Amino acid sequence: MSASVSASTSCATTPSLFATLVARDLRLALRRRTEALLPIAFFVVAVALFPLGVGPEPQTLRQIAPGVIWVGALLAAMLSVSHLYAADYADGTLEQLLLAGHSPVMIAAARAAAHWALSGLPLVLAAPLFGLLFDLSGAALRMLALTLLLGTPILSLLGALGAALTLGLRSAGVLVILIVLPLAVPALIFGSGAVVAVESGLSASAHCSLLGALLIVTTLGALPATAAALRIAME
Amino acid sequence: MLVMPAHSSSFNVLAEPHLAVRGLACRRGSTLLFDRVDLALRPGELVWLRGRNGRGKTSLLRLVAGIATPERGQVLLDGTPVAQHAARGQRIVYLGHQHALKDDLTAAEALAFLLRIHGRRDDRANIVAALAHWGLGSQRDVPVRKLSQGQRRRVTLARLSAEHAAGHAATLWLLDEPFDALDADGIGRLNTLLLQHQQRGGAVLLTSHQATLSPTLRLRELDLDACAG
Repeated sequence: MSASVSASTSCATTPSLFATLVARDLRLALRRRTEALLPIAFFVVAVALFPLGVGPEPQTLRQIAPGVIWVGALLAAMLSVSHLYAADYADGTLEQLLLAGHSPVMIAAARAAAHWALSGLPLVLAAPLFGLLFDLSGAALRMLALTLLLGTPILSLLGALGAALTLGLRSAGVLVILIVLPLAVPALIFGSGAVVAVESGLSASAHCSLLGALLIVTTLGALPATAAALRIAME
Repeated sequence: MLVMPAHSSSFNVLAEPHLAVRGLACRRGSTLLFDRVDLALRPGELVWLRGRNGRGKTSLLRLVAGIATPERGQVLLDGTPVAQHAARGQRIVYLGHQHALKDDLTAAEALAFLLRIHGRRDDRANIVAALAHWGLGSQRDVPVRKLSQGQRRRVTLARLSAEHAAGHAATLWLLDEPFDALDADGIGRLNTLLLQHQQRGGAVLLTSHQATLSPTLRLRELDLDACAG
């Protein structure tokens, strides 16, 4: 059988690889529900503790709400991202993915997308409910959801980069957090700043624009860097 | 040049090699695992890669697959450096030490995933037939975590059956300890599959610590101990 025949039966285009990887990750998460829900449970518990600790003063809660929710989202993302590539690396799946000749950038994009769908998107959906706990106004709740929608993909992309850079290293979980948290500070500042601006009656368009620009820059920078880190890890 | 014929073979000796390894060296840290390894693998040939533990057999397979970069030398697949070969994923089947199976997927799902990422047919009939060939027909919907090591190895090897059934005979198979954890029945099935692949013009480079290769296979040996750095 000729190589050309082999090639003609091939159907693993790059977009289909993206869909295949995302579908696999979602399926695995569905079968490990407890593990998949842990970051969200952490977010819920961490954010819900603040009103109990700080006290029921509505003005104080409104002031701290954006920062608390954003820090909760950031830490929840770190919990789930630290081992993003570890299992695929250990069981040989990553080796097979790279051998198949697909772009490592696409592999990185698919894994980050799946991570966001499993950890970022639920936070986007749940955060407004927690905003109510902090007595945020309707406009602030909408802005909170919008900033998380723009910001949580940044956390997934940066987390995936950290996970790839620490692949195969001891204490990888702690290293990921040390690498990613400083990089995530701008997203934290612009994301919570936008909600604070709305609460203060100011325009949040500058914050949102900067957060959007940050998302674009992170996508363009983090994916190739993650791909390079994966290649190096496999050497 | 350290390829030593173990059995006489004139099969396709004039054919262009699938694979040409020239002056290959591999370093791990400060240790040179092997040096000046040359090998030509033509259609219908099987090379048994031998050597002591830690000699670099797995490393050589990874270099040949284009997953790792050599210290020196080059690996050509169809005359093109393997890492730059556009259809490398189509031409090479690499089964490593790890099974590349997810515990939470069923045997059929895990095999389908592997076939899909390599651009192979992953329809249910193909999967069922490949697993049935390895005696796993009744276990196809069992999660991988419930399978024994030998059964997991069989799921991995079912990729070869799927390749064979699809007619990818020109494919180069790189197999790292494929007989590990297999019982006598599994060893027999794998030997049969290797022979069929060879007869259809496929080429195989494999490692094995056990002398489990069938005498009916036309094979050569490459002793890495003789290439120690």
